Amino acid sequence: MLSAHTARLAETQYQQLIRTRWLMVAALVFVIVFSTLADFTLGPSALTWPDLFQTLLQPSTAEPTVRVIVWEFRLPYSMMAVAVGMALGLAGAEMQTILNNPLASPFTLGISSAAAFGASLAIVLDMSLPGLPHSWMIGGNAFLFALLSALLLDAAARWGAMSSSGMVLFGIAMVFSFNALVSLMQFIASAEDLQGLVFWTMGSLSRATWPKVGAMMLAVALIWPLAMRDAWKLTALRLGEDRASSFGINVQRLRLTSLLRISLLAALAVSFVGTISFIGLIAPHIARRLFGEDHRFYLPGSALVGAMVLSLASIASKNISSGIIVPVGIVTSLVGVPFFLSVVLRRQSN
Amino acid sequence: MLEVSDLRVAYRKQAIIPDLTLEPLRAGAVVALLGPNGSGKSTLLKALAGLLPYKQGSVRLDGKSLEKISFEQRAQQVVYLPQSLPASVHLRVLESVLVAARASALAAEAGRVHLEQVLSLLQRLGIEHLSMHYLDQLSGGQKQLVGLAQALIRRPRLLLLDEPLSALDLNYQFHVMDLLGQETHEHGLITLIVLHDLNVALRHSDYAVLIKQGELLGEGAPGQVITPAALAEGYGVEARIEPCSKGILQVLIDGLRAPVR
Repeated sequence: MLSAHTARLAETQYQQLIRTRWLMVAALVFVIVFSTLADFTLGPSALTWPDLFQTLLQPSTAEPTVRVIVWEFRLPYSMMAVAVGMALGLAGAEMQTILNNPLASPFTLGISSAAAFGASLAIVLDMSLPGLPHSWMIGGNAFLFALLSALLLDAAARWGAMSSSGMVLFGIAMVFSFNALVSLMQFIASAEDLQGLVFWTMGSLSRATWPKVGAMMLAVALIWPLAMRDAWKLTALRLGEDRASSFGINVQRLRLTSLLRISLLAALAVSFVGTISFIGLIAPHIARRLFGEDHRFYLPGSALVGAMVLSLASIASKNISSGIIVPVGIVTSLVGVPFFLSVVLRRQSN
Repeated sequence: MLEVSDLRVAYRKQAIIPDLTLEPLRAGAVVALLGPNGSGKSTLLKALAGLLPYKQGSVRLDGKSLEKISFEQRAQQVVYLPQSLPASVHLRVLESVLVAARASALAAEAGRVHLEQVLSLLQRLGIEHLSMHYLDQLSGGQKQLVGLAQALIRRPRLLLLDEPLSALDLNYQFHVMDLLGQETHEHGLITLIVLHDLNVALRHSDYAVLIKQGELLGEGAPGQVITPAALAEGYGVEARIEPCSKGILQVLIDGLRAPVR
């Protein structure tokens, strides 16, 4: 009798938990929208809230200068922060699951560096394919290198039976190697190319344009449902590879499709805004605390937290020093390094 | 009924199980799989689960060859619970059992498992009070029971358990074996369970299979398989098998048969 009561209580608690998670998703969306709007009212050329709403809702009646600032510069900038944050948050969450490593992210394990190298190679060698615009070639090459590095990581994780810390060391070796290769590219680059290359390594939203924002949003919109389709399988993988296999999951195929998604998201993010550090590491950790590891909530949660953190970082990047926009990658590094260390130290103490 | 014939399983070129044939194992039986370390017990379970390929031999479940169906279909009928417990997973017990039922590619075909079914199973296992706990807050024994729930919610025909008692205290060992017996007999499963404690095997299993280096040393009723001669050959120990004051057979170890070199 008592145990039937306990079971009913658990059912009610679980349903309540699901409702709370949906509320948290809604709260995250609200914070993202609010921080995106608040961004316009802070820093240089700040707008008042009424001016902002008028420019956004009725652009034709707004003052032309304000309209251009909002629609041509600041809105694509903010939207890019949201789209890239989502991409990196989602990629980081998937990566921590398939590599079973809380320190994994496209940045810490070298996928972003590999993408930056691919992009710089395309710029310096002026690579092109007939009928393909040069900017696409840069993105394509970034993807190719991101994918290769992701496959290498996966192979090292599986065949080397590598421990969590061994994996991170392997990743750090990749970061160093690709960063050295990017430096080599910078060394041999022409003055004009060099300017572009510095942009990749720093991570900045300042080159955001509507077509780029659209492409990034489209990629997230296409990849998100594919990741969600695998949500149960990815949750099962958290219980261990053998257990997931015994549930009838083809773990190898799951890992491969997941790596493809991660590479695509990381490579696109890098090719549009350069290497923005630590978002893919921080977002999954916060999402795990908020939602647990049921991937139906953990994956979207991590994407939304990523968008929120990058959005807030982009506000900070404009307000650290008046009149100067610090590249957002520098801000995320400043926040990310202590966070990274805290994760490492917490694991040590466990 | 489970029929294993002429099974050969090898890692690279080394045969772990050279050629194994068992008497057909009937439904509704708890079968203890016994043998010293490195005798191929886990390998046999993995091969039966389809996680390790075998080049030779056949495994038939209820008359159907398991090699002829897809990996996903096989997983619907055969569930393997590995020895290792999941590490720090921030997932609630209820969710971890739900995921076992819903993650498979064929989950939709098998019919949706509802929350009530999971809760009623947890209730049967006596762990419904842990439903909302996180896995990383549980003790080894509690995790093992949750693992069992993950296996049973899939309603398998063949249940393969690799040392499920290794992390458990005496009370939990009895509890788990009683539950397994009950589930196996009530639902007509075939439960193949790797055990190191021969007294547990004598007391709780319906059938026993003893192997060494992948070769069959004996099979049959536990009391007929667990004999002083078999223990000397299989484990290299001098042992007596004697009934206790309640008439239950007990293994008493007198020492090593030959000094360890």
